[in-house]
Amino acid sequence: MSFLSVGNVHHTYFSKEATTQALQDINLAINKGEFVSFIGPSGCGKTTLLSIIAGLFEPTSGSVKIEEQEVYGNTNLSIGYMLQQDYLFPWKTIEENITLGLKLLKNEKQSYAKVASNLLSDVGLPPVEKKYPRELSGGMRQRVALARTLAVDPKILLLDEPFSALDYQSKLKLEDLVWSKLKEYEKTAVLVTHDLGEAIAMSDRIFLFSARPGRIHQIFDVPEELRAITPFEARSHSSYSSLFQVIWKELESLE
Amino acid sequence: MNNQKLHEQFLQSLRKEKRWVRFYQFLILIAFFGLWELASRLRWIDPLIFSSPTKVTNLLIDNIADGSILVHISYTLFETVLGFILGTLLGTILAAILWWSPFLSKVLDPYLVILNSMPKVALGPILIVAMGPGMSSIITMGAIISVIISTIVIYTSFRSVDANYLKVLQTFNATRSQMFKEAILPSSFPTIISTLKVNVGLSWVGVIVGEFLVSSKGLGYLIIYGFQVFNFNLVLMSLLIIAIFATIMYQLVELLERKLIKSE
Repeated sequence: MSFLSVGNVHHTYFSKEATTQALQDINLAINKGEFVSFIGPSGCGKTTLLSIIAGLFEPTSGSVKIEEQEVYGNTNLSIGYMLQQDYLFPWKTIEENITLGLKLLKNEKQSYAKVASNLLSDVGLPPVEKKYPRELSGGMRQRVALARTLAVDPKILLLDEPFSALDYQSKLKLEDLVWSKLKEYEKTAVLVTHDLGEAIAMSDRIFLFSARPGRIHQIFDVPEELRAITPFEARSHSSYSSLFQVIWKELESLE
Repeated sequence: MNNQKLHEQFLQSLRKEKRWVRFYQFLILIAFFGLWELASRLRWIDPLIFSSPTKVTNLLIDNIADGSILVHISYTLFETVLGFILGTLLGTILAAILWWSPFLSKVLDPYLVILNSMPKVALGPILIVAMGPGMSSIITMGAIISVIISTIVIYTSFRSVDANYLKVLQTFNATRSQMFKEAILPSSFPTIISTLKVNVGLSWVGVIVGEFLVSSKGLGYLIIYGFQVFNFNLVLMSLLIIAIFATIMYQLVELLERKLIKSE
């Protein structure tokens, strides 16, 4: 049985001027511990699909289930969602930011200070619990956002281009960090990205979407030798560039 | 030259600038009162209407000595502070209700515009008849003058909070009241503070007008009484006291601002 299943999802956006079909006939299944990426031209609905998987809104029709439980309106499921920017709350300290989810989801009396300091060292940050987000660099803030997401021990991590706002060096480092944390905790993850290289380096499977309406065009399996190594190593592996060429051609044909 | 020395120089230049700013501020103050006194003595202006600093000061000293002014100050100050707090608090609560129910906010939108553009002091006579010619109707004046504009400004700020913060909270299954508490309200603190600053001035207007209409105590009463008996020393003294206390209130709000907004 698959961990995450998306069945016959259609989604249409309504505005005064027009109705836009964002997603049509989406069916996919993702196994536990798998890392998949959604790529495609802009307007292919990949972010919409991610939001639907996150349960942020209900699809026009179809269903999304995690371990056989409907996602939308389900308060028992915990889902980790990382956005393009960190969206740390500027008036909260780093510790308060990291433990925000814990505070909202559960009322466990565990020591928030302990949780925060463990997670900070886990994502490779010095003890900055008492600082405010503005005192940290962009890369550090995104690491804190990762810590905030991991704090609630989510069943699945949804990554909406979380590296796109970072400089190249921070981006490569953070890719490795996220990848290794997900492997360490055996988390399932879905990454939406514009960066084909990032998708190949990080994921086990890649879903290529075509636009207007958004549909799954093709699914690529990333070869075993790339999956086993870190994203940084994968980028310089020989099979990386051949897969890149194959998907690139498909991507070109869509636009 | 080392860094420490350069930094020292930089600080010194800052201090120097600050001294000059203070000097000119003080100079304007001296020049204003000096010129006023001079103009009054040399009869460039009518001393009966415009009084003079010495006359106002003498009157103030007399009134402080016999204690009569303190009663008036405490009345007006109490009414103003209460009206000011009530106005801002009610405005925030109304804004929260509008944020809570987008439907209600759509329904009420034109009425807010009407209420906002109406001169609230015109309600004075009705308030006085309805609530009696006492303190409560004056406090209501102080509050009513600022409540609608506070509601509109704070509600606009509530709505302009970045939706992605709410998205983050939504993935943690936050309820609407948790969203309000964790994101909407704290991110609107700067706006609420700046409406407080505006409301300091507004509630003084409300209270003084209220006292014009009805009161037998307070600085507004002293102004209207001074006008009726043609004692403009009294009018100007009351104005001076109002200026001092309005400034103090404003400074207190700024102090609150520094305490409350840690992230700036």
